[in-house]
Amino acid sequence: MNPFPQDHCLICHEIIRPTIGWRAIFSIETEHLICQPCERKLERIEGETCRICCRPFHLIDEKFRKGDLCHDCFRWEEDVEWQGFLEKNTSLFLYNDFLKEVIAKFKFRGDYVLAKVFAQFFTKKLDQLAPAILVPIPLSEVRLYERGFNQAVALLVESGFVPSEILTRIHSEKQSKKSRLERIHLQQVFKVDTEITLEGQRIVLIDDIYTTGSTVRHAAKLLKRAGAASIQSLTIAR
Amino acid sequence: MRFIIKDEILIPSNTLDDSLPISQIPAIPQPPIQPNYLYNRELQQLLTGKQLLLDDIPFPLNEIQSHYENGYITYRKGINQSGKKPICARCGNKNLQWFETYPCSCCGETCLYCRKCLMMGRISGCTPLIGWNGPVPDTILPAKISQWKGTLSKGQMEASNRVVDAIRENRELLVWAVCGAGKTEVLFAGIEAALAAKKRICIATPRTDVVLELTPRLKAAFPEITVASLYGGSEDRHLFAPLTIATTHQLLRFYHAFDTVILDEVDAFPFTVEESLQHAALQARKPSSAMIYLTATPNEKWQRECRTGKRPFTTIPARFHRHPLPVPEFVWCGNWQKQLQKDKLPANLLSWIKERILANKQALVFFPHIPLMEKSLPILRLIAPTIEAVHAEDPERKEKVQKVRAEEIPLLLTTTILERGVTFPNIDVAVIGAEDSIFTESALVQIAGRAGRSKDHPDGVVTFFHYGKTDEMLKARRQIMAMNREGIKRGLLD
Ligand SMILES: [Zn+2]
Ligand SMILES: [Zn+2]
Ligand SMILES: [Zn+2]
Ligand SMILES: [Zn+2]
Repeated sequence: MNPFPQDHCLICHEIIRPTIGWRAIFSIETEHLICQPCERKLERIEGETCRICCRPFHLIDEKFRKGDLCHDCFRWEEDVEWQGFLEKNTSLFLYNDFLKEVIAKFKFRGDYVLAKVFAQFFTKKLDQLAPAILVPIPLSEVRLYERGFNQAVALLVESGFVPSEILTRIHSEKQSKKSRLERIHLQQVFKVDTEITLEGQRIVLIDDIYTTGSTVRHAAKLLKRAGAASIQSLTIAR
Repeated sequence: MRFIIKDEILIPSNTLDDSLPISQIPAIPQPPIQPNYLYNRELQQLLTGKQLLLDDIPFPLNEIQSHYENGYITYRKGINQSGKKPICARCGNKNLQWFETYPCSCCGETCLYCRKCLMMGRISGCTPLIGWNGPVPDTILPAKISQWKGTLSKGQMEASNRVVDAIRENRELLVWAVCGAGKTEVLFAGIEAALAAKKRICIATPRTDVVLELTPRLKAAFPEITVASLYGGSEDRHLFAPLTIATTHQLLRFYHAFDTVILDEVDAFPFTVEESLQHAALQARKPSSAMIYLTATPNEKWQRECRTGKRPFTTIPARFHRHPLPVPEFVWCGNWQKQLQKDKLPANLLSWIKERILANKQALVFFPHIPLMEKSLPILRLIAPTIEAVHAEDPERKEKVQKVRAEEIPLLLTTTILERGVTFPNIDVAVIGAEDSIFTESALVQIAGRAGRSKDHPDGVVTFFHYGKTDEMLKARRQIMAMNREGIKRGLLD
């Protein structure tokens, strides 16, 4: 038996080579799922960020910054229809070309095991956010059947947390029965479906990427109106 | 998907208690063909000789199921069990490292899936592979199949005849043709014979570049024949064609499809990859079919099989221009990596490069690893600032190759990525660190094969700078010299 079984990187499949000092730095309990070159390509979000959406300020032009908010969040918060619903989003990594590819493989190609790569980082963050109800952003039934799993649920499960699947997507057919005006006005994408009381609860929404923020803000509004005390969100990428 | 078996027929069902994911059904019944059933011709075109996933088929499940119930479609398990071990039915993967599980929303169980062929659509324990069991589409042949007007060299002609025989008689044949022999032309007569006999034929190669290069040449030679050109993202995916040119990877979508498979550059990948390519080729050919292997550098096992008469083969030992292959010279250059740490390169290598720059002779210099190459680049740019370096992940790879063609780059440093495929008419070639294990016999023969390619410049210098001769270097030189000797013996050289 090989005393150091060779692990293959879950992302690039190369053999994970121990480098000098590697065994000393990482204790045995940290599982090595990805190789160092791949880990280096994951860019952590660091430094000063937008108070709400976690966008790093050093990546945007100063004129798109409004105090401690980015321009987008400022616009959302200006709108009485939307202000105050999303307390804070936390994203772990920048959505760079590398991560784009990894996430695409994870959710579109259905490479479930990649959830484990992110779970290592998710676990730490979720511990900090506890206690809270952890709510994955849902997929439509058709999508779920196509992909075989919901990526947000996978992230939670692999991080060792229990997802509370209290949101469902409103079927687009049902939506299309409404009048056009109704649809635009309501813009409802989700509905809450739960026995548990949300009154006074802290909720953390889970998704893979935060892009425009519209998804989590829709969910946040709904949950807040259903009684939740505060809504945060956690995503892999931003 | 989950199924139940009712009256010897598989029926999709996700609700019934006794339903099972397809891989857990012991034996999948195949209903007999109902001759009066009006089958869908588009489905026939799409599925003949294929193994597709439901997602690949733009028809509703109930239509597919109805074809199955009438005997026209087959369902196979995506993942088979051999003893306790899983095998991916599509890519042949049986390495547990490439299998993972997930809680599956399709079948409601913990499903095993294959990561190896994931990019072609995920195969899990509940995935059926869908194929065709009905009559094959009819192809109408033009009066004149081949419009190719070229002529073959004596060496090509001999090989071409052997290929025709192998295709007619559904046999296997290895065509061992030196770099620059003109192997594509050797196939034309065989392809014509196959098409004339209404046989379905496929040329498979590991590299997309080659598919793109071969497609117009074959379309020009067989202008009235439908040609499907298949690579990742190509548009011919659903085209039924008597002649298919595909990357070996794309073969994974085929099942018992071809009467002839021509496998190009069988040696281009390391053994583990080769194994799965072999699997793909085996699945794609019909049980009774011809298999033509093309290579300039068969591996040791194959060379031995040729020598001992275990593998039928034919050689083209000479280039079409009837000049011998340049034989590599070995030049000892000491511990060059140590020198490089001090930002120096061996004097004999430097003067080799200077000579070429002064004489305006373009050259390729091969390095074993990227960091060594990148460390050498600034040193060599002191000789000529226009020297460039290229490697597999270089985004400007194509542009740089183009610039060498346009003679804007006098000397290009490269890793083994340029060892095959790319040809320049008039270059010299050097390898620095030929002792490195990355330079196998086959890699070195390919590298040497870059020189002296054109009729106008049939000579070229090939120099292996080394810090200790290796067996691989010796074997490579021996192979090249043996080919030259055979060329003389068979009267193929001037
Ligand atoms: Zn990696
Ligand atoms: Zn923001
Ligand atoms: Zn399943
Ligand atoms: Zn597979």
